[in-house]
Amino acid sequence: MLSADALADIDRELAKYPPDRRQSGLPAALRIAQDELGWLSAESIEFVAAVIGVPAVRAWEVATFYSMYDLQPVGAHKISLCTNISCMLRGADEIAAHLKRKLGVDFGQTTADGKFTLKEVECLAACAGAPMLQLDRDYHENLTPARVDEILREYQT
Amino acid sequence: MRECRGVCLPREHARCWTLEAYRRGGGYRALERVLREKVEPGAIIEALKTANLRGRGGAGFPAAIKWNFIPRAAEGQKYVVCNSDEGEPGTCKDRDILRYNPHALIEGMAIGGYVMGASVGYNYMRGEFWEPYQRMEAALAEARAAGLLGENLFGSGFDFTLHNHLGAGAYICGEETALLESLEGKKGEPRFKPPFPAAFGLYGRPTTINNTETFASVPAILRGAAGEADGDWCSGEWFRDLGVDNAGGVKIFSVTGHVERPGNFEITLGTPFAELLEMAGGVWKGRRLKAVIPGGSSVPVLPAENIMRANMDYDSLQQAGSALGAGSVIVMDETTDMAAVLERIALFYFEESCGQCTPCREGTGWLHRILRRINAGRGSRADLDTLLDVANRIEGRTICALGDAAAWPVQSFLRHFRHEFEAKVEAGDANIADKTAAAIRAA
Ligand SMILES: Cc1cc2nc3c(=O)[nH]c(=O)nc-3n(C[C@H](O)[C@H](O)[C@H](O)COP(=O)(O)O)c2cc1C
Ligand code: SF4
Ligand code: FES
Repeated sequence: MLSADALADIDRELAKYPPDRRQSGLPAALRIAQDELGWLSAESIEFVAAVIGVPAVRAWEVATFYSMYDLQPVGAHKISLCTNISCMLRGADEIAAHLKRKLGVDFGQTTADGKFTLKEVECLAACAGAPMLQLDRDYHENLTPARVDEILREYQT
Repeated sequence: MRECRGVCLPREHARCWTLEAYRRGGGYRALERVLREKVEPGAIIEALKTANLRGRGGAGFPAAIKWNFIPRAAEGQKYVVCNSDEGEPGTCKDRDILRYNPHALIEGMAIGGYVMGASVGYNYMRGEFWEPYQRMEAALAEARAAGLLGENLFGSGFDFTLHNHLGAGAYICGEETALLESLEGKKGEPRFKPPFPAAFGLYGRPTTINNTETFASVPAILRGAAGEADGDWCSGEWFRDLGVDNAGGVKIFSVTGHVERPGNFEITLGTPFAELLEMAGGVWKGRRLKAVIPGGSSVPVLPAENIMRANMDYDSLQQAGSALGAGSVIVMDETTDMAAVLERIALFYFEESCGQCTPCREGTGWLHRILRRINAGRGSRADLDTLLDVANRIEGRTICALGDAAAWPVQSFLRHFRHEFEAKVEAGDANIADKTAAAIRAA
């Protein structure tokens, strides 16, 4: 189900923990699986549990507790907009409205072409660059509607 | 990063995160000297005590006391763990330490490992911190290659291995026992205390857990002000002398919200708030100051008059009716709708409650729903009493401090800005009266 590269990545993560504490590598293994497969299906969660050597319920607990795991298919790119207080005070609402209009989706939805999923998230610890969003792994700070357009154009192609 | 004392945030900018740049500023000299001279762990703790270093993660607990809790001579594995989860709204300092000064954290953790007799450390970073994670991974590789991490460091017989661990998205993992659960690969649910991590921590072993900024302060404190001049080395005095009575040294303040130039400012504790506000360019758009949350969303809000008289240290902010917290200064101008801000804060705690304790799980939902109703013009006067009642019933009745953190903003916003909430519920009462009248007319 996972490539040899992904399995090697999981092994590298497991090496950080004592041999009898493989469960510590479970969150990383789920992340690596999600990166490769796009999202975490029931089969992939259970596959990861088997790789780590824990009962499937342990992997289910982790996959459902943390916000960064996607248990449904998502777009090719994930846009996570912070609307928490420091961002709110500097216009996150305006950026939210702009993003929703440009993409034609609400929070929690994916564009019809499958390109972007828009998420509302809590503070991402970049409050001095508010308002901000995370696109896949990259932070984009000091947003304006014009800056948002530029960012979207970069990913559109 | 504007004002900067060069303790946790580097003064120099070009590629300041490299080992070479860190060493140019005296980096790793404290670790080397500690190990070569086999400095007594007690002497290091004494220096932290003199320096008056208090934990930078929010609670301000003295680092020297925490480091003393560890049964140093106990057999078996012990751990040092760094809390780089940084999730408190308004806080963005640890991210800059991780990105711009990763080696200060590594050196601080290695010294901590030596003092506690722990040969393994973990740096737990929030899952969204991909860029800081890459920086930290690169820094670990540099440190290993240079013999600053690994076995028998500087021929001292002391081994220290450090790993980065990435979370997966959950504010509650910043609470230290939830963090340990998460590091064990479980749901991040806080543990009952006692036992405390010093006795039963990671994998049930004695563990010291400190914030990123706390660890990163240690090398500079030991090194001394003038690059290890003899009286200064391992004394902590220079750091203490920078700060105020009950807190030593410098601290990073993240100033965000309605200011001209938001940013991180590493300044001496005890600096008047008014000066810090000035450093951030003052209130934006020439507007007047209305209120400030001085330590992150969990601490009580202060009206302009109160904060303008306060200094940025633990005691002064406590006397003013709030707390220093993580040093996250959220500034609000005269146009701010306080009930809207409180609703957003309440939503955060509702979303992030782990759900173990009924008062927190249910109470945070109630707080958010009532505030949403008030802001939508559907609230009533009785709602204000219910809000306080719910907050008071959460406070002090939960496993971890997230419950308190949800209650304090409600209590303080209502204490200082009750008139704004009243104006909204009066409109709400009027709405309800209108609707009732309309319904009667229609009947
Ligand atoms: C809900 C909650 C969230 C917390 N989040 C953080 C955090 O993100 N970073 C942090 O260092 N401490 C956080 N803390 C405080 C930690 O529990 C702990 O006190 C701290 O890491 C100790 O380090 P220090 O003594 O160096 O401050 C949080 C506490 C609570 C109750
Ligand atoms: S207070 Fe809230 S977050 Fe903390 S353990 Fe209880 S339910 Fe979980
Ligand atoms: S409030 Fe948006 S990043 Fe902190």
